[in-house]
Amino acid sequence: MANNNEFRTCPDTGLQFHRPAETLMKLNAVVAVVFLLVGGILGLLLGLTRWPAIHLLGASDFYKVLTLHGIDVLIYWIIFFEIAVLYFTSSTLLKCRLATPRMAWLAFALMLIGAVTNNVAILQGNSSVMFTSYVPMQADPMFYLGLILFAVGALIASFVFLGTLVIARAEKTYEGSMPLVTFGALTAAIIAIFTIASGAIILIPTFLWSVGLIEGIDPIMYRVIWWAFGHSSQQINMATMVAVWYAVAAVAFGAKPLSEKMCRSAFLLYILFLQLASAHHILVDPGISSTWKIFNTSYAMYLAVLASMIHGLTVPGAIEAAQRKRGFNKGLFEWLRKAPWSNPSFSGVFLSIIIFGFLGGISGVVMGTEQINLIIHNTLYVPGHFHATVATGTTLAFMALTYWLVPVLFRRQVIFPKLASLQPYLFGLGMSGVALFMMGAGTLGIPRRHWDITFADSPLTHNFPEMANALLGFMGVSVLLAVVGGGLFCLLIVGSLLFGKRLSLTEKGETPLIAEPVTSYEGVGIGKIVAPGTLVLAMVFLTAFVLYYFINWKFLSQTWGLS
Amino acid sequence: MSSLLPPPDRIWWKEPLERVELIWVAIALVWSIVMFFMMPYWHVYGKQNVSNEAYKTTPEAFKAKTEAMVEQYTVRTETAGNIPVVRPPVGDVYLLARLWEWWPILELEKDQSYRLHIASLDWQHGFSLQPANINLQVLPGYEMVVTVTPNKSGEYSIVCNEYCGIGHHRMIGKIYVTE
Repeated sequence: MANNNEFRTCPDTGLQFHRPAETLMKLNAVVAVVFLLVGGILGLLLGLTRWPAIHLLGASDFYKVLTLHGIDVLIYWIIFFEIAVLYFTSSTLLKCRLATPRMAWLAFALMLIGAVTNNVAILQGNSSVMFTSYVPMQADPMFYLGLILFAVGALIASFVFLGTLVIARAEKTYEGSMPLVTFGALTAAIIAIFTIASGAIILIPTFLWSVGLIEGIDPIMYRVIWWAFGHSSQQINMATMVAVWYAVAAVAFGAKPLSEKMCRSAFLLYILFLQLASAHHILVDPGISSTWKIFNTSYAMYLAVLASMIHGLTVPGAIEAAQRKRGFNKGLFEWLRKAPWSNPSFSGVFLSIIIFGFLGGISGVVMGTEQINLIIHNTLYVPGHFHATVATGTTLAFMALTYWLVPVLFRRQVIFPKLASLQPYLFGLGMSGVALFMMGAGTLGIPRRHWDITFADSPLTHNFPEMANALLGFMGVSVLLAVVGGGLFCLLIVGSLLFGKRLSLTEKGETPLIAEPVTSYEGVGIGKIVAPGTLVLAMVFLTAFVLYYFINWKFLSQTWGLS
Repeated sequence: MSSLLPPPDRIWWKEPLERVELIWVAIALVWSIVMFFMMPYWHVYGKQNVSNEAYKTTPEAFKAKTEAMVEQYTVRTETAGNIPVVRPPVGDVYLLARLWEWWPILELEKDQSYRLHIASLDWQHGFSLQPANINLQVLPGYEMVVTVTPNKSGEYSIVCNEYCGIGHHRMIGKIYVTE
């Protein structure tokens, strides 16, 4: 180890923080939360506009806010936080100095400058082109330039992470294989590098086109390559989210993986197959063959879905086995009943797993089926899906980790602990409503990214079913609830960082911040099954999945013949 | 050891699996394979598939073909803007998308199959046929040909569900299906 003054040891958890890494983790996490706050406020404006009874914003503001909301939440909130996670899982978990802190600062500066440039370009009003910025609709050059700068920064940060892994190995700061959580973060970093490269391949020519140096960009080429960035960037979120699930299970329960082999193999499946997929968005495009679509949209035979189903079992399974080892070994569900439901780190992760799986996972696979996509593409169902996956699943997992990082990383107590224990439920419930009602409205044909479904200024008109208006109203109410939950999170975290009771940098605090690791799962469970309760829950999930999947084939079979 | 620490076995690959994991992986793998084979199955036995037929085109060429059809088969006009309603014979029919309209209005016969050609003249658009809820992406420069067989008579709307600028929410077209 280089110099002991460069490290701080957390008295509660024994984790070692390299000071430059610690500062960068804090900065990245704080900027992430600021973007979440901005994105949430924009989301409120959108929710109040698509609620037919209120219809708050005008058309031009609506499309501007929608562009900004998508980018701020899907890109900036998530990726700034991910960089903090990358530094934590490399430098802190491996007890290693951060590689090239100066490059990490450069990465942070580029990301921040890029994000702000891009935000300003959108706010100026000439770049209401949506998150996807499909050509030949053109945005201001600063819009693309901001995204490119941000991407370069994120790419540098990913290499700082990889460099740290190399140093840790060379300096032997740990024995054997890296921890599972770091392994998961490595998966995310590999996917991130692929993703950002794809983004660069398409956004750099698009930028050149916007300043007049290139004549045109082919729309199909744009869509195919852009989605290798747009969809895969969400796979970074997913890999990071799963790593956070494992981390919180270890922190709150001392859980060890049921088996390292299974969890790591599932992450390997992510690396091999998850970022393959970009066809989900181009299933009903002209000029792309069904063979390629089927292979791509299914991640080569659903091998990445298989990996997610594995994590969906092994995370709660490890929690169950650890709880059983701690004495809650009765029946199928004692471990769950006696879980710490008032600990927001646990409840956040548990809700994340359930909502991600049941709402986000099932809907994603169903709508990513080549033919079923015909009855879903570009309807409100699509944002419904990703509000369940990223906006709820990933966000809740990151919120859960943040509650733990406040005392460990920032050495402050979380203020208003009662409110904090309520917060994940408010946000989870609100966002589930948002996702479900959007999907419902989408099933009735309501389009996404649409300001006026009454077509008031149009020579022709269409009347959507009455039910659709009701669903959009329910969606509006859910948005309010989710904004209260999300706003509460931002207030609690910012408040804790400013006013939370300071914890000593050297003395142990009163409440333990990390559970004693469980070393073996021998003798727990029923028969030879260590996690029978989780297996039952997994079967409930599978049943819902199978039913919903075939219901959608039934819907499809009732519409016009197409060939 | 916990997921935050290195695994006890130096080579994690050699660690035994838990039985619960094996059971679940087997079930999940079977389900993955079933879902995968549903797609080729539907191509053979299902009646709703996206066509693989598409051509490169230009706005001028596609507009000319659509106008030729409109000239020959217009049966009446609708609205103050005199949008032509075209009742073409079974065969090739054309629909163009542009800022911000679907043109022309088509009148088709139930249970007949038409080769519907769709392309955009400017930006990207989304063909969303309601209430049948059929959704296709419409691009400039590419002409998609999809064989449609309406299975119910009535009035259908084509909503645009790809954002195409400030008039996007006013972009709506019609297809009438007669007995």
